Amino acid sequence: MELVCIECPRGCLLSAEKTEGGVSVSGNFCPKGRAYAEAEITEPRRVLTSTIRAAGAMVPVRTDRPVKKSMIFALMKKIRAARLTHAVAIGDTIMENIDGEGANVVASASYGGEPCSI
Amino acid sequence: MKRDIVIIGGGPAGLAAAVAAYDAGCKNVLVVERESEVGGVLKQCIHNGFGLTRFKENLTGPEYAHKFIEEAEKRGIEMLKDTFVTELTADKKVTCMNQSGIFTVEAKAVILAMGCRERSKGALNIAGTRPAGLFSAGTAQKYVNVKGMLPGKRVVILGSGDIGLIMARRLTLEGAKVLCVSEIMPYSSGLRRNIAQCLNDFGIPLYLEHTVAEIEGEGRVSGVTLVKVDENKRPIAGTEKHFDCDTVLFSVGLIPENELTERAGVALDPRTKGAVVDGDRQTQTEGVFACGNVLHVHDLVDFVSEEAEIAGRAAAEYALQGGRAHAYISAENGENVTYVLPQRVDKNKNAPQKLFFRVRKAFRNAVVTVDTGARRKTVKKIAVAPGEMESVALSAEEIGGAEYVKIAVTGGDR
Ligand code: SF4
Repeated sequence: MELVCIECPRGCLLSAEKTEGGVSVSGNFCPKGRAYAEAEITEPRRVLTSTIRAAGAMVPVRTDRPVKKSMIFALMKKIRAARLTHAVAIGDTIMENIDGEGANVVASASYGGEPCSI
Repeated sequence: MKRDIVIIGGGPAGLAAAVAAYDAGCKNVLVVERESEVGGVLKQCIHNGFGLTRFKENLTGPEYAHKFIEEAEKRGIEMLKDTFVTELTADKKVTCMNQSGIFTVEAKAVILAMGCRERSKGALNIAGTRPAGLFSAGTAQKYVNVKGMLPGKRVVILGSGDIGLIMARRLTLEGAKVLCVSEIMPYSSGLRRNIAQCLNDFGIPLYLEHTVAEIEGEGRVSGVTLVKVDENKRPIAGTEKHFDCDTVLFSVGLIPENELTERAGVALDPRTKGAVVDGDRQTQTEGVFACGNVLHVHDLVDFVSEEAEIAGRAAAEYALQGGRAHAYISAENGENVTYVLPQRVDKNKNAPQKLFFRVRKAFRNAVVTVDTGARRKTVKKIAVAPGEMESVALSAEEIGGAEYVKIAVTGGDR
């Protein structure tokens, strides 16, 4: 399988094949590319970023770890239905264990409270 | 009002320059920002992928901005928000306007950090009516990420710049159907990883060597016709593809915002559309520095920060100690290179210098030749593309012996 590594802007062109012992990967400039290709072949994952609606603002959020790519639309549904009603600081968890595997949705900017939040 | 350094723009470049200038000993710094918050365009870039080079972390735009805002606030750097700069003069008088009125700040050094704006669709010559539903990709990004509004349900994206690719994914996640991305060139101007994670992940087709034949719709966009082009960018009859859509996004590149710069009489480079600078990012107008997207359009904010810090430190030195004598040689673009930055290298500086450049077309196994008049050196690169800025480093000795610097890219295969 031909892949483009998305772990950094270098965007290495990888080729990955399933072998008896696991996965053989070539084209990666660094070990992150190998890990990425292995995951792509077995269970692709992505960090999901979106926004959560709050009073008078959209608050940018992210999952604090990669979630299964196959779950992204289901997770988006939950995020789109959520409403934020209290102040949060950057990094605060807004939705806990959203994927049933431990990934939390955290604020990637502060909302309310701090005067110089973005 | 007097300040040692006035920084125009409080985006990633302005913030990093302010912090660097402060840390270099110049505490009397003022950042002027036209929006009500600093952070610039990063505020609406909610996706991740920022900071990998600089922080070895995969941050979202707001998180990346936050790191610099925090640093600036920690130092108590003065930031005037909701304030427009209406005029800059070559003797470094900065005229500002805000709710309290119009006032002029006299600066010892000025750092230009105004960033860039999107090329408008007007820059493209498109037949058809001008219905509602046409947005620049960045405007759509602001609608979705800041205002929480979806610009449309069925979307065609014209141009494969990074913001367009990012918006293809973002709109898809928010429930819109992105029908395709169309690009007139034989390659995308966006990062390869964005094609992979924004288009391929969602099965969104990318039509290379396609242009728009017509945009249809009365009142609101109702459809777009794309057509394939030949090597001379002429439409090939019979290759039309029609899409029913209610929204068209344009992602056709960014352009440095240099109206102030131009009116101040600062020399601009037609290749970068930004100021001509030396290694310190000093323009040809003494004491005026430039960094970030106002200087040349970057693809990674990490490099904006790095460049802004160079400008910040140099501006601090200038404000505290005054100017130095320079011995400039020129840095020129050779074959297959569109521009080299800085355009002037100061031999008096006696320091190593990183030269940034962009290639005209994509190559695999490229050979970069750096010709200094005295000697030539070659550097191999696995792959280069117009969408990805490249750099080569010259040592102090190499610069010392140079008559000029010329960078060319050859060899390899397309
Ligand atoms: S393999 Fe390493 S260097 Fe290449 S794109 Fe992936 S993370 Fe970047």
